Amino acid sequence: MKSITKQKTFDEIKEQLDGLDKVFIVGCGTCATMTKTGGRDEVLGMKDRLQELGKIVTGWTVIPTACDEMTEVALRENSGAISSSNCILVMSCALGVHKISCYIDRPVIPALDTLFIGLEDEPGNFHEVCAQCGQCVLGQTAGICPLTACHKGLLNGPCGGTNKGMCEVDITKDCAWTLIHRRLEAQGRLDLMRKYQPPKNYQATPRPRTTKIA
Amino acid sequence: MSTRFKEALNSGEFVITSEIGPPKGTNIDKMHHHIDILKDKVVAMNVTDHQSSVMRFPSIGGCLAIKERGGEPILQMTCRDRNRLALQAELLFAYTRGVMNVLCLTGDAVPVGDHKEAKGVFDLDSVQLLRTIRQLESGKDLGGNDLDGAVEFCAGAIVTPEANPVEPQLLKFEKKVDAGAEFFQTQAIYDLDKFAKFMKYARKFPVKILAGIVLLTSARMAKYMTENVPGIFVPQNLVDELAAAPKGEAINKGIEIAGRMIAALNKDSICDGVHVMAIGREELVPDILTAAGL
Repeated sequence: MKSITKQKTFDEIKEQLDGLDKVFIVGCGTCATMTKTGGRDEVLGMKDRLQELGKIVTGWTVIPTACDEMTEVALRENSGAISSSNCILVMSCALGVHKISCYIDRPVIPALDTLFIGLEDEPGNFHEVCAQCGQCVLGQTAGICPLTACHKGLLNGPCGGTNKGMCEVDITKDCAWTLIHRRLEAQGRLDLMRKYQPPKNYQATPRPRTTKIA
Repeated sequence: MSTRFKEALNSGEFVITSEIGPPKGTNIDKMHHHIDILKDKVVAMNVTDHQSSVMRFPSIGGCLAIKERGGEPILQMTCRDRNRLALQAELLFAYTRGVMNVLCLTGDAVPVGDHKEAKGVFDLDSVQLLRTIRQLESGKDLGGNDLDGAVEFCAGAIVTPEANPVEPQLLKFEKKVDAGAEFFQTQAIYDLDKFAKFMKYARKFPVKILAGIVLLTSARMAKYMTENVPGIFVPQNLVDELAAAPKGEAINKGIEIAGRMIAALNKDSICDGVHVMAIGREELVPDILTAAGL
């Protein structure tokens, strides 16, 4: 499981840094390193580009896991370089950006867009398999989530856009309901697909979602 | 209360429906013209609901225009643009204005249309929308609350007989039947033998089936549909027939083909009627019906 990110365009990063000339850069040693969006190499690449742009990079660090509690310690260790900057450019997913914002009193700017929580099926190949809806239906759909894997999130079977088992919205993607049908058929459980699924409760856990482990 | 369309479905006659595409903009003259041409030639007219996810004048507005001009409307309703509150509200409104035939659709995906960054809603799907109609008819909304004044609709849905693979599609067809669909209008069909096989299966269910007939305007269009539109396959002999037509005559050949197919479906009582889609060339629908001997 990884938080999948992609780097924003440099133009957008530039726009966000307008008027902020001294930058401290933070990368993340976990997901963003693996997806090559915010590891050491990308952080150093960003440092060069910002310097070419005339920015002063007061320092940089790659925090082992930007979203965990050690982030505060890592930031403290760099407090000198951070205090001489006027913003932090964060090359991690939004969880890291959020975490860092909790400890820093100056602007925290995301350099990445967070796309989805991805499952790796083969090296470097990530898929979104769960939309974290709060009401799991995988028991009825042979382990394939229609809410996530079907473009329209349909619960009662395929739309008319199935094209040779692929999705008309993107013909490189499988039609989720073709896959579900195939698996349920192989399991002799097609009755599950015949069963009417009522409208989903989209307020199962109203946003913002929180939980407290006892 | 029964609608004219429902009465026709239950009369055993071969039912002809057609389709009106609302304008992109406020110039409704062409839509009115098409309604006037078709209202006495067909039993009822569907009004498309932002077809292909392209923003247009609303389906309900087109239905009201049909009512005002003496025709029988079928309100196409997709789940793409409205959540369950908005869908129910529109059904209440439609009923009060005498728009009482509804075709329940999931709706095309947003990215195929002309507002590619819009949020697709899909709070309900087509099966759930059919059940919503039956729930409203029972006097309660989806929240279980009492309605002050209920509704009554003739509700239908669509099916793609040539979907690939077809099994999941047929399973959904059966769910739509269970959900209360009274009629089905099919995706365009061109292979009558294959369609007859589908009908042999569909006849097991207590629903009326209107075969989708889309006017072929050229060999190129026929090939394009086969290659690009899921569930549409134009057999090669029809493509050849269109290609062999003299320059500028392909459209007449298309009318002849559509007429011939409708006549065959009617003669052998293969299905309960046809839904004729001329996609922007609605003025040709009467010619198609003449070619069909109707």
